[in-house]
Amino acid sequence: MKYFPFSKEQQTDMLKTIGVEHISELFSAIPETIKIQGDLKIPEGTTEFTLQREVKAKSSCYPIDHISFLGGGSYRRFIPTAIAPVVNRAEFLTSYTPYQPEASQGTLQAMFEFQTLLANLTGMDAANGSMYEGASAAAEAVMMAARINPKKKNVLLSSAIHPEYLECIQTYLKYQDLTWELIPVLENGQTDLAALESAIDDNSLCSMLQIVNFYGVIEDQKKHGEIVSDKKVLNLALVIEMTSLGLIEAPGAFGADIVVGEGQSLGLPVSFGGPYLGVFAVKAKHIRKMPGRLSGQTVDTEGKRAFCLTLATREQHIRREKATSNICSNQQHCALSVTMYLSLLGKNGLKDLALMNYSKAKEAKEALAQVEGVTLRHITSHYNEFVIDLKKPALEIWEALDKKGILAGVPLVWFDEKDTHGLLVNLTEMNRAEDVTNLTAALKEVL
Amino acid sequence: MSPGRKGLVLAEPLLFEHAASATSGMDLPDWDVAKSATTEIPAHLLRKSETGLPQLSEPEVVRHFTRLSTYNYSLDAGFYPLGSCTMKYNPKINDWVASLEGFANAHPYAPFEHNKGLLEILWEHKEQLKEISGMDEVCLHPAAGSHGELLGMMLICAYHEDRGDFKRTKVLIPDSAHGTNPSSAAICNLESVTLPSGPDGLIDMEALDKLMTDEVAGIMLTNPNTCGIFEINMKKVADLVHERGGQVYFDGANMNALVGIARPGDMNADVLHFNVHKTFSTPHGGGGPGAGPIGLKNHLAEFLPKPVLTKKEDFIFQDFNRPKSIGRIRSFYGNIGVLIRSWAFIKTLGGKGLTEMTGQAVLSANYMKARLQEKFHVPFDKQHCMHEVLLTDKNQEASTLDMAKGLIERGFHPPTIYFPLVVQGALLIEPTETESKESLDAFCDALLELATKSSEELHHLPETTFVQRVDETLAARKPILKWDLKP
Repeated sequence: MKYFPFSKEQQTDMLKTIGVEHISELFSAIPETIKIQGDLKIPEGTTEFTLQREVKAKSSCYPIDHISFLGGGSYRRFIPTAIAPVVNRAEFLTSYTPYQPEASQGTLQAMFEFQTLLANLTGMDAANGSMYEGASAAAEAVMMAARINPKKKNVLLSSAIHPEYLECIQTYLKYQDLTWELIPVLENGQTDLAALESAIDDNSLCSMLQIVNFYGVIEDQKKHGEIVSDKKVLNLALVIEMTSLGLIEAPGAFGADIVVGEGQSLGLPVSFGGPYLGVFAVKAKHIRKMPGRLSGQTVDTEGKRAFCLTLATREQHIRREKATSNICSNQQHCALSVTMYLSLLGKNGLKDLALMNYSKAKEAKEALAQVEGVTLRHITSHYNEFVIDLKKPALEIWEALDKKGILAGVPLVWFDEKDTHGLLVNLTEMNRAEDVTNLTAALKEVL
Repeated sequence: MSPGRKGLVLAEPLLFEHAASATSGMDLPDWDVAKSATTEIPAHLLRKSETGLPQLSEPEVVRHFTRLSTYNYSLDAGFYPLGSCTMKYNPKINDWVASLEGFANAHPYAPFEHNKGLLEILWEHKEQLKEISGMDEVCLHPAAGSHGELLGMMLICAYHEDRGDFKRTKVLIPDSAHGTNPSSAAICNLESVTLPSGPDGLIDMEALDKLMTDEVAGIMLTNPNTCGIFEINMKKVADLVHERGGQVYFDGANMNALVGIARPGDMNADVLHFNVHKTFSTPHGGGGPGAGPIGLKNHLAEFLPKPVLTKKEDFIFQDFNRPKSIGRIRSFYGNIGVLIRSWAFIKTLGGKGLTEMTGQAVLSANYMKARLQEKFHVPFDKQHCMHEVLLTDKNQEASTLDMAKGLIERGFHPPTIYFPLVVQGALLIEPTETESKESLDAFCDALLELATKSSEELHHLPETTFVQRVDETLAARKPILKWDLKP
């Protein structure tokens, strides 16, 4: 096997040093009754040549040339060529968690820069080095709220939060001593903040709003912030399309206590849903209650600036069952890619990118609304996605359009069986103007 | 431009400290629609605050990150003998496989038939992991080992609840366990009860007998344990726990000692997690992403999170119709880009290659033990060690920390130190199967030399690294977690 370096002679020498004759003797502590008899039922190894051929065939199933309007929490993004060769340098890719700061300043500095970028972008005082992905990060945010205010037990969740995120938060909450309540959505697609206000009582712990919600609708963060701060309810903001922050005001400006989100939209490939990265940012007063890994600035013995993992007393190595969470890694390599993406994009680039996404969606929305049998569901402002209602069942149309080389969006019936006619359409900078022309033409044929 | 600090070891300021460039370092795709006015958005919701991003050209950004990379030690550069971390060589072919356009661009909400090839890989990966673990079913969702632990404990809770057994609020965890075990249990609202190790470093059967009551949901155990030795009573432990209505969680962090030799499923474990970034060679990336798929027995399968990757006749699909499912533990289906790599690794080695892998890893660890035993205290020496060897600093004047920093000075990454907590001054060394004898010998020589040094001689080390010993206490006392423009 090409990965194993020992020669026969070396093995013999080593066994002699140990004082045994065969490798099998080293496993003598394992009772024979539980040892595998014979070989694993896994085929013989494949050569690199054959593996490449086999895998290429499998990867070519995906129609990368289809026109795509797929979004819904996984966003198609233009990724500059400069990123992969740099972040995939072995010094980044094959290094371990930076527990030895003297030998890991590259990772630690990049992590510190990531924290700064994400704190700035969300308008918060501090961000951690990233979480697994957005939905579980959202669940961790709610659990953190309960650590900040252990006396209150009811969690208020906008029902316009991405359904997979809602399901994930609810799964985690089942194991906590907490309850939840869903706040309804208005006809225009915004969360009903009046209903939120009347739902708040002495037991309300926190309220989570997805600032550009699942339907692509821009929520009124300002009003939400005013309502919850008046009633001493913790303000949790969820951002899944992070590039929207180039256009939409940061949650920190509206008093958010915790901002969580999905960092995939900052230049990571869609990759069938993972690996992505969870964003987690907080106000200064909550830092010690925050889960996840942190890089902090300090000095070395010569007084030079240096970085190391810090506030580890929150972590499970030391606190074990009393740790703030069980998370003991970050998605560092994804965070590094995001750091490089944001560095290349820069502040002007981010503004332009956000405006481009917004403009493309706005134009598409207006063009689609002209097609007979298509109605725009929410008459309001959107960032880069929106829901259309089709006169025929959306799934049927979606399949017909796929045959014409168009991935037209996300059928909402997957998330709500009663929502048979809704289709969530997403536009990013990856969409060309003619994509919309093609979509409207194809829709006219199949509707 | 920053001057070099030592020869051409180049100092690099923070991104934010560079002078702003005139342009962005990235071209946006061409504008082919008109820039829309944003008047439709209420003015109070538009961004007015600074985004705090830098503004740098492409060469500046590339140079910045390239320089940072040179401050890192990495596996491709040298030996990384971290115990319990299984830092084995990360084959390049696996990275190539994961980067293919048809995988990287595969949208999770595309019609399943477009991802047929990818689903076939994921299905085959499940089959591989089932065979390796001796389990009935595998779930690929967890993003990390600790996420797998959490899911495993959620399934155990769901199982008891489904049977109407509500009194099981505790979980037994050996004192040698990874710290994530008790913290994962805590998230499921389970109270951890510490199970003491006996003098041989193994589970104390008498203590288990006493603690395993009808209030205990189960046990979380690691085998081989973090002392690097096999829990010889594993099956008796599992049988006792099952007799009293509990479930057995198996922490698979140390699977590199077992693959092809023995299977947790055959030891009567009910659920386990894999760390594919350990056993199956996916790159650590400086701390992630990894993946922590779980294996489980049939009686837990109905509670699995949605969706469940299923095969009916020849059709592979995601099954959302799972009435007893616990729900979801993440968005979408798992860290696919990582799982493609671990699939490719197993595919490359094949069944026989996997068994050989384990043999070579255990041989390496025992060889190091034999050499280091000359000067170091081996606390648990009744059996051969498995894939890693535990030493302590008992015989040395210098502390484990001093020796670790001395290793850095001599060009070696230190092993895991001060873990497990069951011994004082632990050095936990795991060589893996991909390290040459030359490399193992050089490391042993360095450590044996350090073993004779006094604390006085070592405490100022390392001194020729990019930074000297770092003040971690200061970092925690006055946390600075982001860069701020000085007034």
